[in-house]
Amino acid sequence: MAKPSQSDKISWLKQPGVLAALPASLFLIIGFAGPLLLVVGYSFMPSKTFSLLQAPTFENYTSIISDSYYISFFWSLAMALTTVVLLFIICYPIAYGMARLFNRWANLVTALIAIPILISENIRLFGWVLILLKNGIFDGSMQSLFDMSISGLLFTVPAIILGLVYVYLPFTLFPLVIGISMVPEALKEAASDLGATRWQIFREIELPLSMPGLMIGGILTFVLVLGSLAEAKILGGQAIVMIADDIESSFTFAQNWPKGSALSVLLIALSGTIVFFLFKRVDLDRVIGRR
Amino acid sequence: MATSRSQGLSRRLIILWTTLVIVFLYAPMVAVVLASFSKQRYFKFPIQSWTDKWYQKAFSSLSVRELLWTSLSVAALVTIISVVLAFLGALAFARYDWKGRKLYQRLILLPIFFPQAVLGLAMLLWFSAIGVTTSWQTAVFAHLVWITPIVILIMSIQVYSFDPALEEAAYDLGATRWQVLTEITLPILSPGIISGAIFAFLLSWGNFPLSLFTTGADQTIPEWLYAKMVSGYTPMVPTLGSLTLSSAAVFLLTAYIIWLAISARRRRMENR
Repeated sequence: MAKPSQSDKISWLKQPGVLAALPASLFLIIGFAGPLLLVVGYSFMPSKTFSLLQAPTFENYTSIISDSYYISFFWSLAMALTTVVLLFIICYPIAYGMARLFNRWANLVTALIAIPILISENIRLFGWVLILLKNGIFDGSMQSLFDMSISGLLFTVPAIILGLVYVYLPFTLFPLVIGISMVPEALKEAASDLGATRWQIFREIELPLSMPGLMIGGILTFVLVLGSLAEAKILGGQAIVMIADDIESSFTFAQNWPKGSALSVLLIALSGTIVFFLFKRVDLDRVIGRR
Repeated sequence: MATSRSQGLSRRLIILWTTLVIVFLYAPMVAVVLASFSKQRYFKFPIQSWTDKWYQKAFSSLSVRELLWTSLSVAALVTIISVVLAFLGALAFARYDWKGRKLYQRLILLPIFFPQAVLGLAMLLWFSAIGVTTSWQTAVFAHLVWITPIVILIMSIQVYSFDPALEEAAYDLGATRWQVLTEITLPILSPGIISGAIFAFLLSWGNFPLSLFTTGADQTIPEWLYAKMVSGYTPMVPTLGSLTLSSAAVFLLTAYIIWLAISARRRRMENR
C-alpha cells in the first residue's frame, strides 16, 4: 500500500468526523491506553518492586501459573457462565414481552428496569444482606410466620450468584430486547403459513436473526461478571475468591504491584479476546442505529 | 381457537414473570429503607420499634456533610465534562462518515467492557507514575474514563435518528455554523444529551470500584458505605444508603418533570 502523502493526512484530519472524534479519543489515550500500558509494563518487573526501570522478567507469570491462582480464575469463569445462562432464561420472556407484547407499557417497563442501574451497587447489595441475614427479613419472616429458622443463606456461593444475577440483569435484558425486535414479524408469519412449527420458527428465524443482540447481552454480562468484585465480597464473605479480589489484594494488602499487574494482564487478555470476537461478528451501526 | 387461548395464557405468564422480576429488582432497596427506621442497633426482622433518630444523627453530622459534598462535586464535574466530550464523540460515532470510524466505534467502547476494579488500580499506578497525588479530582478523571464511553453510546442512539439533511437545509438558507449548532443540532439532539447527562451524574454518584482506588484521602458515600459494611453492622449504613437512594430518586423525578415540560412546550411550538 502506498504511503499517504502529507496533504492526504491533512485532508483526513480536516473531516468533521475526525475533528469530533478527537477530544474523546485523546482523553481516552491519556486516561485509558496510558494506564493499560503501564500495567503491562509493571507485569514484567521483578516481584514486590515499585519502579519501572528494572530488567524485565517473566517471574510474575511463571509464579502465577505454578501457584493456585487457577482456582480464582476457575471461580470467576464458572460464576460468569452460570450468571449468563440464568440471565438468558430469566430475561428471554421479558425481552420478548418488551419487544412484542407490552406496546405502550414497554417504555414504563424499560424505565423500571433501568432505574436500579443508577442506584449505587453497594446499597442494593446491602439490601440483599439485610434480606438474607440471620434474623434478617427472610429468616425473620419465616420465624414469625412458620416458626422455623432458615439462617446461613448469607456468605454462600448461591448468595453470590443471586447478587450477580441481580446486578447484571439489565445488561443482559436490554441487548436482548434490541435483538428480538430486529426479527421482522412478517418473516415469522410467512414461515408459519408455509407450515413451520413453533420450534422451527424459533430455531431457524428468531434465534439467528436476534443473534447480534443475544451475543452483545451475553458477552457484556460475561465480561462484567469476570471482573466483578463487590458481589463476592459483600454477599460471599470468604466463601470463594474471584480473580478481581486476588488482583485487589496483591495491589493493596500484599503491596506486590508486579504480581497484581500480571494477574490484571491475564484477566484483560481473557476478556479482551472474548470482546474481540464479539466485535468481529457484530455490526454496531445495525444494532445501535437500527440501520 | 386453541392457539389464541394458549397465546393469551403465555401473554399473562410473561406479564406475571415481568412483574415478579421488577419486584425482585426493588426488594433490596425497600429493605434498606425499612432498616434505616429500625430503632435497634442490630437489624432484626420483624422490626419492633421505629425511629428517625439515625436520620437526625446523619443530618447533624459534619462528616456526612463532607461525604455528601465530595460525592456531589465529583458527580457534577463528571457530568459537565463527559457531556461535552461525548456530544462530539457521538457525532463522530453515528453522524459523520469518515475513514477510521469503524475502528473508532470499537475502541471508544472498550472501557465499558473493562473490569472497573482493575481500571481503578491501573489509574492508581498511572497517577503515582506521573507524580499526581490522588484526591477527589483524580477520581473525576477516573470516572470520566469509564463514563464518557457510556454517554457516547447513549447519545449515539439519538444521533443515529438525526437527519443530516436538516443541517444542510439550514446551511443552504444562509445559517452560520454556530446558528446551525445552537438552533438545529442541539435542540433536536437534546433528549439524548439530557439522558446522557442523567446517566453520567448518577453513575458517578453511585460509583464504588473506581472511587475506591482513586480518591486518596477523600471519601465518597459509596466508599464510606462499603468500609462500614465490611466492618460490621451500624444503623448509619442503611440510613446513609436510604439518603443516597432517595436523592437519586428525587433527581430522576425532577429530570422527568423537566422532560415533560420541554416536550409539552415543543408540542405547543409545533402546533402553532
